[in-house]
Amino acid sequence: MSDKIQPRGSDDTSFAQPLYMPIKRRSFFMYAGATAGATALVLAGCSDDDNDSPVAPGAISLGTGDLGVLNYAYALEQLEAAFYAQVVKTPASDFQANELAYFTQVAAHEAIHRDFLKAAINRDVPGKLLQDLTPNFSSIDFTKRTAVLGAAKTFEDLGVAAYNGAGKLLKTAAYLVIAGQIVSVEARHAAYVRDLITPGSFAADDQVDVASGLDKAMAPVDVIKAAQSFVTQQLDASSVGK
Amino acid sequence: MNFFKIIDQLAEVDPDVLGRLDSRRAVFSSLTKVSKRAAMASAPALLASFFSKAYAGTNAGDPIEIFNYALTLEQLEADFYAKMTNSPVFGLQTPAAQAAINQIKKHEDAHVKLLTAVIKGINGVPTTGNTFKTTTFATLTTFAEQLKVAQLLEDTGVRAYKGRAGDLLGIPDVTITGIGTINPLQSALQIHSVEARHAAHIRYMRSQTPWISGTGDLDGDNTYKGSIPESTIIQSKVDLTKQLGSSYAPADAQASFDEILTKAEVLALAGPLIGA
Repeated sequence: MSDKIQPRGSDDTSFAQPLYMPIKRRSFFMYAGATAGATALVLAGCSDDDNDSPVAPGAISLGTGDLGVLNYAYALEQLEAAFYAQVVKTPASDFQANELAYFTQVAAHEAIHRDFLKAAINRDVPGKLLQDLTPNFSSIDFTKRTAVLGAAKTFEDLGVAAYNGAGKLLKTAAYLVIAGQIVSVEARHAAYVRDLITPGSFAADDQVDVASGLDKAMAPVDVIKAAQSFVTQQLDASSVGK
Repeated sequence: MNFFKIIDQLAEVDPDVLGRLDSRRAVFSSLTKVSKRAAMASAPALLASFFSKAYAGTNAGDPIEIFNYALTLEQLEADFYAKMTNSPVFGLQTPAAQAAINQIKKHEDAHVKLLTAVIKGINGVPTTGNTFKTTTFATLTTFAEQLKVAQLLEDTGVRAYKGRAGDLLGIPDVTITGIGTINPLQSALQIHSVEARHAAHIRYMRSQTPWISGTGDLDGDNTYKGSIPESTIIQSKVDLTKQLGSSYAPADAQASFDEILTKAEVLALAGPLIGA
């Protein structure tokens, strides 16, 4: 468990105080209401088991704890935003009616997600923002509708599974609510794109488990593995949420 | 990690800390199937659960209550789609429209089954009888009118799950006979995104944007209002239209984030639809 990086409430300066200081009653009650505070207390109980998570050589670590989850989301949103920006910039010649208009809206949603996460990370954990990633979309033929829709489906379904799997890794309820607010929009995108590819496949049996009715959820390392071919930089998600 | 050090520090400021923790032990009675080892592995979350119960009071953590709340909505949806598929107008629809409703119904039925098993698995009593009022359904004489209600139910469901996610944070995994080990929060999120897919498709069937951008024919309905309306463009104190470096249109800002509904708001919307 690392105590080097902890998210800080934007307007709670008490989090900046050393954790080994005796807890004063007032600040204690600030801790008591928040899961993040509870984690901080646990960390205060840790004095000699500090060990940094290993990072694959040359890879960029997305970080630990809530910050790791936020940077993980930021990485995925960077990818999605860049993808749709390209879709809008060089639209497929065989897009059908309304598709470009809708993808222009989706592009805006993803750009907002990216820019919002950037702003939130810079505000809550200054200096810890993941760098700008360089997308590699060389495998996608943006001139062909089928290729664009196929890639969009991959990104959207992956995004849904990523947020679904990351929720339980968060310690701060406010971040979880934000993730929930974003993931349902990703699911709406996913449903739309799926319906364009195969009408009626918005929640088909390959995506939603027949017996349980559950959508997919994936662990960060699995998501990054699936997304890695679209990013120039090597990413390491092994310590996200830990 | 030294729990005694933590408890000592707490005792310095709150001499009754042990009493508080002890008296709230009932919180965990519903989680009897959680192994001690699993509980210790998620110690920060567990401790957080102690604190929220010992000090915060209402900020959640009772999975039986939360899952029964979810089950209420799922039963309402499942019964609504059962009534839709049994409606005289259903057979007149295109094969695609019928297939979509059947697929959605299949998921709602599965959610009812899953949530019922989960509630039983944590020693709770599943709610029953949350059917869609027959007299209300009888007023929906066309497929188009039924789809309108379906859209409102699905979008309500999306907002409802989102509103309770924070309450499930930190509740440890539970092992349920016949299902396996599940994380309550993750399962809720996995249902939540399915509801969003349903909502998107029904909106699409109705020639609406799959996302809630304020341009829809039902966007004035109470389903999209509440203490945090879907028209919200400020998230976590950040104005998405003008505080992100680039400027974004309000319609895109509101559509890019879905909003929560509180339990009281959801029950005010869904309650009148529930009945014999």
